[in-house]
Amino acid sequence: MKPVTWAVLLGFIVVLVFLLSLGLGSVDLTIGEVYAALRGGGDLSDRQIVVDLRAPRAVMAILVGGGLSIAGAVFQALLRNPLAEPYILGISGGAATGAVIALALGLAASFSWALPAAAFAGALFAIVLVLRVAATADGGVDVRVLLLAGVVVGAYFTACMAFVLSISDARTVRTLVLWMMGSLAGSDWRTVGMVTLYTIPASLALVGLARPLNLLAIGEETAGFLGADVERVKRIAYVLASLLAAAGVAATGVIGFVGLIVPHAVRLMVGSDYRVLLPLSFLTGAVLLTVADIVARTALSPAEVPIGVITTLVGVPLFLLLLRRSVGAGTGIGAGTGSGA
Amino acid sequence: MPTESAGPAGAKAVTRAARVRDSSAANQTSASNGSAALGTTELSVHYPNAPKPALDSVSMTVPRGSFYAVLGPNGSGKSTLLRALLGMVPHAGGQAHVFGRPISDWHRRALAREAGVVTQSESLAFPITVRELVAMGRYPYLGALQSETTTDKEAISQAMRMCDIENLAQRFLSTLSGGEVQRTRVARALAQEPNVLLLDEPTASLDVRHEMEILELLRASADRGMTVFLITHHLDLAARFADRLLLLDRGRVAAEGEPREVLQEETLQRVYEWPISVSDDPATGLLRVTPLSTVSGSGQDSDSS
Repeated sequence: MKPVTWAVLLGFIVVLVFLLSLGLGSVDLTIGEVYAALRGGGDLSDRQIVVDLRAPRAVMAILVGGGLSIAGAVFQALLRNPLAEPYILGISGGAATGAVIALALGLAASFSWALPAAAFAGALFAIVLVLRVAATADGGVDVRVLLLAGVVVGAYFTACMAFVLSISDARTVRTLVLWMMGSLAGSDWRTVGMVTLYTIPASLALVGLARPLNLLAIGEETAGFLGADVERVKRIAYVLASLLAAAGVAATGVIGFVGLIVPHAVRLMVGSDYRVLLPLSFLTGAVLLTVADIVARTALSPAEVPIGVITTLVGVPLFLLLLRRSVGAGTGIGAGTGSGA
Repeated sequence: MPTESAGPAGAKAVTRAARVRDSSAANQTSASNGSAALGTTELSVHYPNAPKPALDSVSMTVPRGSFYAVLGPNGSGKSTLLRALLGMVPHAGGQAHVFGRPISDWHRRALAREAGVVTQSESLAFPITVRELVAMGRYPYLGALQSETTTDKEAISQAMRMCDIENLAQRFLSTLSGGEVQRTRVARALAQEPNVLLLDEPTASLDVRHEMEILELLRASADRGMTVFLITHHLDLAARFADRLLLLDRGRVAAEGEPREVLQEETLQRVYEWPISVSDDPATGLLRVTPLSTVSGSGQDSDSS
């Protein structure tokens, strides 16, 4: 299938699962009732359920799923490794810790920008830290060290959050637990607005960088010889991808492996051209997280499974499979040793 | 070896050698007019933590439209010279210029439209096709969201035609042989429609036929006016195809000039620290460089047949 056909198909599926997620839940509504509620008619309680509760949550799933997927794909190009992903790199943990600290200190309650800002700061801190640890003498990055450092840094941040949790009062504990395992339950139109503000411009800017990202995926030196301003592209892409991950985490907590699963699936559909890969990853990520949220809400209804649990249950086997494959055979040109990032 | 009838292949080689000398003479006149494609003056490069400079006051000039080969032992600074010429490593001293402009004045995109590079090797992070890799050569011509124009498509298919990889267009790189991969990478550099092509041992892993195909392609490109800068370990082939040679030794220029000036027995023996004989092959009229043995008794290849 052509990329355009995929885009149309995926766009259609996004709309479909979006409507499904408006209809499904503790109270099941028909498509007709959902439609009526969206139009401002129908039953008042239906309207409240659809417009105030489920719709912001469904839009949030699209934004966060899409954003995390683009972030994952971009980190994969920058690090030239299909295993790179915000959660594995420790970025999600850093962002969540930043957000949790802002919450615990009461900053988030006083300033609306404090939560996303703290999450972004945590995300940047994490990526700078793991890149430093994995830096090699010749200016490259040892990707194996990087992934290991990312996982360990992620574990450290989890401990940080658990510590803040243990000194918090019972009321905040419930919110904080959601941060650590991910949940879309807290979505309202205000947070949707906040996430939109960061996710849409950053995603569009990264799609604009698709061509140089394609070059980076074949090597930094080659990218430079082909005319890319490598250092500038890397700086912008690292910051924007971290921002995407941070925006998602600030709103929904740590949802791991979306950035791993989605670009992998899209590569199987359309190949690795980032001009196609990035937009389709956004759509596919939107579908994945919307479906995961429907499962999270309905599987053990009325109880809710943390959505991060679902994505991790799917993501880890895939990660192990890709890891096994990367140990097995390289995809090298010539006798190349990749220079990393 | 029969000396009287060299056969068609030999005859072809001789004609080429003659033409090489002609074009070399033509280039020298143009070089004296100051139209150098690439050049350095007293260029030095010192890598951090390295005890000695990788390049030490290297001055050289690549005349426009010439085939210029760079020789030297491992670690003599050949690849560093290529990188330093195009501003990919910081200079410790001296200057490098491309088409008369200092390298620091070049914008990378503009430079990529003038200079195509084939590095020793590269590794792919993700599977891509031959067509996709060659199309990356059009990067310096295209805007961020612009799709390929007719000009771009034509440049891509022409580059693929020249490298004889049209039938591989939709194949993934990982399924190709070493020779096919190298031809794809040369095609990508040609798709840049450069005026100078720089290659770092592009034929190192290739068999005779694929090596010769690439060298003949480069020679033909030089004859059409493209400047070729080739790093190689093959002294014979460099002498046969190139107009001028540069011999590097531990970051310094050991010799520069026409093949016969550079490939002197004592220079080569000093630089390579190995006994080497240089002779004319009676069958082809080409220069033959033969490494001898350090074990006493065995010497030149014995062709008493």
